Parts: sequence; structure tokens; C-alpha cells
Amino acid sequence: MSEPEVIVGIGGAAGDGTASAGNTLVLSMARQGIAGYSYNSYQSVIRGGHSWLRLRFSAKKPLNHGDQVKVLIALNQDSLDRHLQELPPGGVCLYNGAKFQPSYDPPAGVQLCGLPVPDLAPDAVKLPVMQNTVAVGAAVQMMGLGFETLSAVFETTFAKKPAVVQKNIEAARNGYDYAAKNFQPLDTPLHPTDQKWAQSSGNDLLAMGAALAGCKFYVAYPMSPATHILEWFANHAKRLGICVRQVEDEISVVGMCIGANHMGVRAMCATSGGGFALMTEAIGMAAIYETPVVVINVMRAGPSTGVPTKTEQADLTQAFGASQGDFERVVIAPISMGDCFVTPALAFDVADKYQIPVLILADLLLCEGSETVATEILDVEFPIDRGQLITTADGSTEEPYLRYKDTPSGISPRAIPGLPGYLYVSGSDEHDEDGVLLSDVFTDPIRRKKMVDKRHRKMSTILRDLPTPMLEGPADAETTLLGWGSTWGVIKEAAERLRADGVSVNHLQIKTMMPLHGDEIAAVVEKSQRLIIIENNQSGQFARHLRAETGIVAHGHIRKYDGEPFEPKHIVSAVNDIIGGQEVVDVLSIEPGWRTDHPTGTSGPWEGLKQVTRPGVPSKA
Amino acid sequence: MTAPATAVQVKDFKPEVHSDWCPGCGDFGVLTALFQACAQLQIQPHNLMVISGIGCSSNLPGFIRSYGAHTLHGRLLPFATGAKLANQEMTIIGTGGDGDGYGIGLNHFIQAMRRNIDVTYIVMNNEIYGLTTGQVSPTSETGMKTKTSPDGNLEGMLNPMALALASGCGFVARGFSGQMKHLVELYKAGIEHKGFALIDVFSPCVTFNKLNTYQYFKERIYKLEDDDHDTGNFHAAMDKAMEWDPTIPIGLFYRNPDPKPSLDALDPALTGQPLVQQNYTIDSETRGDLIREFM
Repeated sequence: MSEPEVIVGIGGAAGDGTASAGNTLVLSMARQGIAGYSYNSYQSVIRGGHSWLRLRFSAKKPLNHGDQVKVLIALNQDSLDRHLQELPPGGVCLYNGAKFQPSYDPPAGVQLCGLPVPDLAPDAVKLPVMQNTVAVGAAVQMMGLGFETLSAVFETTFAKKPAVVQKNIEAARNGYDYAAKNFQPLDTPLHPTDQKWAQSSGNDLLAMGAALAGCKFYVAYPMSPATHILEWFANHAKRLGICVRQVEDEISVVGMCIGANHMGVRAMCATSGGGFALMTEAIGMAAIYETPVVVINVMRAGPSTGVPTKTEQADLTQAFGASQGDFERVVIAPISMGDCFVTPALAFDVADKYQIPVLILADLLLCEGSETVATEILDVEFPIDRGQLITTADGSTEEPYLRYKDTPSGISPRAIPGLPGYLYVSGSDEHDEDGVLLSDVFTDPIRRKKMVDKRHRKMSTILRDLPTPMLEGPADAETTLLGWGSTWGVIKEAAERLRADGVSVNHLQIKTMMPLHGDEIAAVVEKSQRLIIIENNQSGQFARHLRAETGIVAHGHIRKYDGEPFEPKHIVSAVNDIIGGQEVVDVLSIEPGWRTDHPTGTSGPWEGLKQVTRPGVPSKA
Repeated sequence: MTAPATAVQVKDFKPEVHSDWCPGCGDFGVLTALFQACAQLQIQPHNLMVISGIGCSSNLPGFIRSYGAHTLHGRLLPFATGAKLANQEMTIIGTGGDGDGYGIGLNHFIQAMRRNIDVTYIVMNNEIYGLTTGQVSPTSETGMKTKTSPDGNLEGMLNPMALALASGCGFVARGFSGQMKHLVELYKAGIEHKGFALIDVFSPCVTFNKLNTYQYFKERIYKLEDDDHDTGNFHAAMDKAMEWDPTIPIGLFYRNPDPKPSLDALDPALTGQPLVQQNYTIDSETRGDLIREFM
């Protein structure tokens, strides 16, 4: 018997307060031990447009935002019209009945819950966001939960404004009581548990994880969806003693980051694909300097400006090809928000040990979405390994010091500048073991080759320090579902459902993108009869990489590049299509029959759907 | 104070590697003056980091015994800024050419001045692209014929002095590699200035610039020090910055009489110890507070 769950959708225009209503709900759930996962589809506008926040709650931790919203909180007419059609039987639609009316009949079995907001929250006349509070109160009641935790959330959220606390509590209470009297509760009530949950986004967790891994310098240029990493660091710089700078462009960002790393400080920077494009020349410089650097690319839908507020996994090839020339790099793609927390520590350790660039490929889904993470996962002290770093001049190093000494491992002990006795110059030109440039020597094929080989030798042992692909499900399953990065949670759930339906599948998720654990992947794939690769892009960037690295050709491909992330049902259905003979299934977030031709931001006429006239919602009096 | 027995001398900065500039290149004078300035200021070679971009002049870090980084074309100032913020106890000197700093790296140049990071930036200005064998530069004179302006440069000259003044640079100077002693004094003052210091140096390219030769400068330059110029007067400095041909001033144009603290002195994370010497672990109480922010 599966754990009851509720998926809430909050729809409104930017500025309507979808995010704060969502935060209130999420916090009140987390504090009762109910886990959550949220994802916001929004537009690149500051006011107006359409913002669609989905929140999935269950005592069993949800690993994705799920399939279908059960509770719709519509903050404007447009959201009501767009999403009412998506509700399943047993679903609930909450809206301000004094302002909005559905433009068409709801699907069968859907409860229309118009709230007489002016009666329940008189302040809503001046302060329209009070309608959100009323709706949140009603939703909590219908989910079968008590009022106290919600009330306490207002107290902490508005701690500095007691009057606001009181008004919100009253409005929520009135919504709660109104729902108790007038609406049917949900058929999947939620139950509090004792688990302590922290609720945070991938951006926050990347930032906090980096800070706990010893990051003392963070530099960035604002770019969605990575900007919140910069804001987290800026807000914690003073307390944690971290130097945080916002500078003129990503070229400067990466230059400063490499400069600080070069001096021996753990430094990190983050951006999205466009900013990452500007950084690439310097990433090659870090490689030839053998200066560690950690760079995060929070991917969004491209190319160019693309769809800046939408998610995609299409910068894999960019990361592999970033900067000219042959050089060593690591590309890691965290597989969940919780994984975002531990990935910077791994990246820093590997970067320090091997003195190479480490690129973290996250995406908008992970970084702007949020999930509950068990507090014990966050309360850890990362063991920090700086590798062969010389930080004091104790005279033990043989003379003369060779920064780029040709060692069997390829790793040369790295002295931080400032120490007597270790003087060296790092050149973006090819150089000899002592750092002296060879690029201007008439010709020196032997030393040039020696230095390329030395750097490359580091890769011979690096795979053992990187996470191996994770197989879930029976090893002898007929079909293997392979995904990478952020799709772990959604594929995992889809695989479980498929197995429950009698389909023999297992699931292999890749976090280490480059270098690739080719042998480990091959060992899994050899045991199954069918390999299906699932990617949030159009061209199958990982499928091509796997083929290039291992010769493995997948039997089927599930791809999505409409800007939205996968939902479990998409994968279940596409896997069945592939088993049925299809080779490539392109998934779309819009269901057959859904209307999408409404104008943006305002509710236009809904021709084609049945127009209905509804009586006004009865007043409480 | 008598110098200690281990006093730093010019020879301490001289490396085994010999510079690869053309015979007669202005950059030799720039380098020799740097040896002398650093020795006179008693900077230990291991406390000095020289950071350059790309170009003939940017090969300089390879020709001085100190820590050094030879970065990317136009990108030395971001690297130098990161280096200084990581370890403000080191003396950071940026060196590069006019194409590097005033062309491809211009944005960083302006931002570094606005940011007022404590870096001394020496630009070897030869008014031509030398390493790529003679193309027009942002400081090439209007009308100048080069390989890529065979009928004469149609564009105007960038004025680094005026740009630096307008960008908030607290130390703006110009030297000439043919006037070594004068240049040494400018370097010393620039290095001692707490904040961003620009020293633009006329450094003739004897191979590709047949216009701005040693002779050209000798005929035109005069020293501001001989001209009763008030280096604390911004407007007087701006007037001097606009002067070009037949007379060209060199020397200290401007030193802010009321200098603001440099960025590395302002950032709260850098107070006390340099970042690189700081403890980077976060105690469990602070960690608990960070987690509670999510609850």
C-alpha cells in the first residue's frame, strides 16, 4: 500500500505571490514531518505572465514533482482556466469566488471550491495576496492536517511584523474553518511524522555544500537559474568569512576564481550555459596551469538566450568541449537536490588532488526546484583533502622546486605562491617541468609530448575517486533505463511503476559524465536485452557520448526538450512505446485534448470548451 | 635604518632565462626598471607575483625571479584581482601591452580601477600589435599605416590617462622606457600606493612601429615633475591627460590626495589574515544554524 500523497498546483501571474504561498505550505508540511518536492514553471517576467508552482507532499519522500495536480490553487482567472482541465477525479480547485469563475465545466469528480475571500479576509481588498493565505488555510484543512503548524509558520515568516502575523493567521484560520464547513476533504489525507526535514533548493544546497567543503571565495555574474547561489553566498559571507564578489562578466568571474585557487584558496563560481561559454577559454588555462577550479553550470534551455526560465540537459557537449586543445577535466552531474549538497565537496577534493578543472552540470529543475532533505544528511563535516598542496616552506622539498615535475602519477606537488624557495611562473603557454615556456623554443617535440603525457597520466587513476553508476532494480532485468543527472528521481519512480505493472526494468543513473565508467556501464548493459536512454534534450547528447566512449548503441531513446522536466507518467508510457517497437519517443508536457491557445497573462475567451454560467459563491453570512 | 645583511638586491630578481624581445625593444627598460624598483623597495621575490596577459610584453613574468602567471589575452586583471583577494600580503604587479589591456581587456581595466583593487598595472604601450607582427592597436595614432590599416587608421586613439582618471583610478602615471630612473620612481610610488595604480609606459616597438620611435618620444615628452604640476588636482591631471603632440607629458598625473581604502582592505572576509591562511572549516554550531534556515 503506497503512502498517501497530495500534489498541489499554485497558479498565478508573477507578483501574485505563488512562491510565498508555496513556501508557507512547504514549511508547514516539513515541520510536521511531511516531505515535499517542488518545481516552478515560470516566465522571464517580473510582473504578469503565468507562474505554475507544483508541490508534491507525502510522508514517503517524493523524488520528483509527480504527474497530476490534485489541488489547484488558482490565484487569477488565467490559472483557473489553464489548469482546471488537468484535475483528476477527486481533485479540488480553490479560488477566490468573489473575483473569478471557471470558464468551462470542470472534469468529472472535481470539487469546485470558491472561497468568499472578502468575507474571510477583509484586508484582501487592499492586499490581494491575502487571498493566497485564505486558500492555503483551506488546502491544509482539506489535506486532513491541523492548523497549529501553519499558524506557527506565519509567526516565523513575519517574525518582525506582529500585525502581519495576526492578519495572516486570521485569514488562514477563516479559510481553514470555511473549508471544514463547506468542502469535502481529500480522499488522500496526509499524516504527520517525526522525521526532521530541511527544505531547500539545489542552488542553496550547492552553495552550502561548497561552504562546508572549505570554499572561501565565491565570484559570479547574475544569471538565471544560478543567481541564487550568489545570493546565498552574499547573505552568508560575513558570518562564514567568505569573500564574495559580483563582477563585470563571466570572463572576469572565472579569471578571479582561477586566480584565487592558484594562490591556494578553495574558490568556486557558477553560471548558466551562456556565461559558461564565456568562461571556457580560462578553463583551458586552469588545465595547463594545473590549477584546480570548480565551475558550476546550472543548465537552462538553449541555444543562446533560449528559454531562460526553463530546464534542459543540453550543455553536456558544451562541457565536454569547453576550451581548445586536449586536456583533462571532470564533469559531474548531481542527481538530486540532496546530491547537490555533497557534490561540491567531491568536486573540490578531486580538483585539488588531480589539479584539474571540475565542472558541475546541474540544471534549473534541481537548482530552482526544492525538496526536503533529512537534516542528518546536511549535518556532516566533510573530510577535506587538499591533495599534494605545499602550504609551508619547511625546507623539505628538493632543490630546485619543479612546479610541473614529471611524476609517475602525473601529479606534481603544488606550492602556493608566497613561500620562499618555491618560485615559479605558470604559463598558459606550454612549459617545461620548471614552468619555463617551451612554446617559443624553436622546436621541442620531446618535451612538449612529455608534458602532455604527464597531464594525461592523472586520468589513469581518477575514475576510482568518482562515483560509479548506480544500478537500482534487478540486475537481470530485460530492459535497462539509463539517465544522467537530475532525472534520477523521476526515472526511479517510473521504473518502480513499470515493475509493479510487470515490466522487467532496472535503472542505471550516471553522475560521473567525464571520464566515463565505461566498463561498469557495459557490465550492466550486457546483462539486459534492451537499453533505453532518457535525456532532457533533443539530440541525445549522452547517447552519443556513450557510443563514442564504449561503442554501446541504445535500442531506444526518450527525449524531452519542451522546457519542462519529465514526469513519471511520461517515462512509463514512453518505455512501453519503445518496448512496442518505437525507437525515439519525444515527450511533451501537454496532454492530448488540453487547450493551450489562451493568451498569456490574461484570460481570453475559451472558445471550444463548453461555456458555463455559475452562480456566485454564497457569502459566509 | 640600516639594511639587513640579507637585503634584497637587483640580482635577486634576475632569472636564468633571458628575455626573447627584439634587440632595442622598449620592454627591456621596463623590466630593468622593475628589478630596481623592487630591490629599492626591499620586496622579497617570494612576496612578489607578476601577472601578465598575452603579447610580447606579457612574456615579462618569465624574465623576473618571482612568482608569476602568464594568463590569457586581456585577462590578467581578473586573475590578479582573485590572487590579491586570496592573499593580500603579496605585492601583485600586472604587466601587459596596449592591445591586451586597452583592447581585448578594456572592460576588466575599467572595472579594476572602479573596484580599486591593490594591484600595480604596468602597460607597455607601443601603440601597435607586436607579437602578431604589426597590426593597428587601440592606441595607434589616427592615420597610422599598419598591416591592417594600410591606408591609415580611421579610428581615434584611446586615451588611457583620461580613461583612468574618469574610472576612479587613484594613481595615474605615464613613463618612458628610455627614462629609466624616472620610471623606477613611478614604479615605486605606484607599488606603494594602496589601491589600483596605472603606469602606462611608452615602450617603443623597434620592429613594427616606425612612427612612435625613441626619437619620436624624445622630441615630444617632458616631465610633469619639471612643470609644477599639482598631482593632487584631478582637473589639472585631466588637462594634462588631454595633451598630445607636439608635447606629451610623462610622470605622475594624479594621486588621489584622499585615497579610499582598496577593495582588499574593505572586504570583511579579508580582515585579519589573508584568506589563504584562514581556517576553512565551519563549526558544528554554525552548521546547525545554516540547516535551521531551511526549517
